[in-house]
Amino acid sequence: MSIELKNVTKQFGGVAAVNNVSFSVNEGELMALLGPSGGGKTTVLRMIAGLEMPTSGDVLIRGQRVNDLSVQERNIGFVFQNYALFKNMNVFKNIAFGLKIKKWKKADIKDRVAEMLKVFEIEGLEKRYPHQLSGGQRQRVAIARSLAPKPSMLLLDEPFGAVDAKIRQELREWLVKLHHDLNVTTIFVTHDQEEALEVSNRIVIFSRGHLQQVGAPREVYEQPANEFVARFIGVMNVLDTEVKEGVARVGELQFPAHDQPDGTRLRIGFRPYAVQVSTDLSLYPYKAVLRHTFFLGVMLRLEFELSSGLTLRSRMTKEEYAQLSLEDGKEVSLQVRNYRVLAKEDSALPPEKEFTYQPPPTIAEHI
Amino acid sequence: MAGPVKRKSSDDSHRQSRRGTEESPVVKWVLITIALAFCMVFLLLPLVNVFAQAFGQGLKAYLTALTDPDSWAAIRLTLIVAAISVPLNVIFGVCAAWAIAKFNFRGKSLLITLIDLPFSVSPVVAGLMFVVLFGMNGFMGPWLQEHPLHLFGKEYPIKIIFAVPGIVLATMFVTFPFVARELIPVMQATGTEQEQAALTLGASGWTTFWHVTLPSVKWGLIYGIILCNARAMGEFGAVSVVSGHIIGRTETMPLRVQSLYEGGSVGSGAAAFAVASLLALLALITLGLKTFLEWKQAREFEHAQQAIMPEKEADTAFLVRKDFR
Repeated sequence: MSIELKNVTKQFGGVAAVNNVSFSVNEGELMALLGPSGGGKTTVLRMIAGLEMPTSGDVLIRGQRVNDLSVQERNIGFVFQNYALFKNMNVFKNIAFGLKIKKWKKADIKDRVAEMLKVFEIEGLEKRYPHQLSGGQRQRVAIARSLAPKPSMLLLDEPFGAVDAKIRQELREWLVKLHHDLNVTTIFVTHDQEEALEVSNRIVIFSRGHLQQVGAPREVYEQPANEFVARFIGVMNVLDTEVKEGVARVGELQFPAHDQPDGTRLRIGFRPYAVQVSTDLSLYPYKAVLRHTFFLGVMLRLEFELSSGLTLRSRMTKEEYAQLSLEDGKEVSLQVRNYRVLAKEDSALPPEKEFTYQPPPTIAEHI
Repeated sequence: MAGPVKRKSSDDSHRQSRRGTEESPVVKWVLITIALAFCMVFLLLPLVNVFAQAFGQGLKAYLTALTDPDSWAAIRLTLIVAAISVPLNVIFGVCAAWAIAKFNFRGKSLLITLIDLPFSVSPVVAGLMFVVLFGMNGFMGPWLQEHPLHLFGKEYPIKIIFAVPGIVLATMFVTFPFVARELIPVMQATGTEQEQAALTLGASGWTTFWHVTLPSVKWGLIYGIILCNARAMGEFGAVSVVSGHIIGRTETMPLRVQSLYEGGSVGSGAAAFAVASLLALLALITLGLKTFLEWKQAREFEHAQQAIMPEKEADTAFLVRKDFR
């Protein structure tokens, strides 16, 4: 086990930014700390680095308690959100900085920097200063600088936050490849759930200083531990229903009441792909009108308005859309294939329910 | 299609709005003429006059005036005072700017106000303060007189007022905001991330300061030092009160200019202007360096901005996709 946090709490002026958090990171893992801003994820990262000290609890690196070790002694590579390149030094000197501190021999420094330049595909930029680099190049230099002294782990704070969307995509793929090649334990902070799902082996999800769930991307997506995770990871239709005559209802939608007495409020959630649509108005139980179509590349996002005025979000591929010859304003019938009861935040969820009385779904799932 | 059309229309409206707000040429030229005339009459003309008067009796007279032992002593004293007070103010300024820019603490705004105090106090009052503190009839004067400094078995009386230490103190008081004032905004803009990055790479606090902090604020620091130096050499009021005007011993250049000018003897007027011309030259050099550094700093700031700003968002479809999963 590479890194372990045990009941770690961090308070800033009486406010707990991180509250009793425990989790561990395995050797060689690529881990994402995910959560909305102010969730405490950056504070956790900085405590692992030694840039912040926990108010209580322990941080262990390879079984050794490091609470009292200064940031210099922890042998970590840290990449800051805005990269924090030394603006008065060129690329070579930036990457060589950590090596000089560790008193490497001049020839060794030269070799190591050349090696890093090659790994990070930034050869020929040695003489440039940070302001002469593009966003992507700056990030590569920042990571190269942090990895040059061979740290035992790599910590990245919002590594893709400061570059544009297109470069961000490239950098994600590149980070996965880099991690695969170097196999150094890597933890990165992000507020972008898509990024976390795509890049990491495992995800730690934070909200308001509390740890919500730790798990593989598929796990947190398919088995969210609570309502927060369910709503934060991916898009969800959320409806508040009330049980009447043994059925949970909102508008014309009906869900099984799960043996709850009349008057109970159940919060129901379902993914867009769980909404099945047909132009055959008698196929599915609910009538709706397609209000908006959002073009997103291969996928389309659709907003349906039910007769009662409820809006449901769905998604389908361009081909399915064409097959159904849909267009804004078209009348359809729809059903909700499976759903969750999001009883209340912080309580464990029952497993996903599936309606059994419908024909099996034909719509491809794109998670 | 829509792009170019839109740009054209926005260009048009821009041109129109400029036309709408621009004053008539008459007003423009009258304002420019007034501003230029003021600069000529009140700034440039006196400056030229200083040099004209200094060299009025030839280069030889000019050099004689400057090499006069008492004038030479004044020049030397001015250099000594600046050589002591400027470095001390640099140390103080860096400490204060560091504290203010990088930490949050109680009384921070009080410290900022205190740093500005010398700007709002008349230099004469500042000088008087030191006389009241260290003068013969002041709070500390008698005590200092009774407690001479013992060094290598010898006794050295401590004399502050009407002596060099008093001049240094007064000069330091008057010039101490310059370095801090210049550094605070630069340090605040730089932030602490570069220093933290150095720490994560294993650098000690001292290494970080020398190799990361100081280089990133160097232009601001040099700028502050130059302003501080110019004021230290040119200060009259505060120094005049504490110096006692002992010719050849406690006279700095500005005081020497005054005493020569009031001396009234033949040629002393020209000698006054000769010394004054050195101060004027210092002002010109300061002005030149100041302009150069301002340009340099503006460029550096631009680079820093570029380094922080994300590149332009190219494709918004990617962003839309984000919330759809």
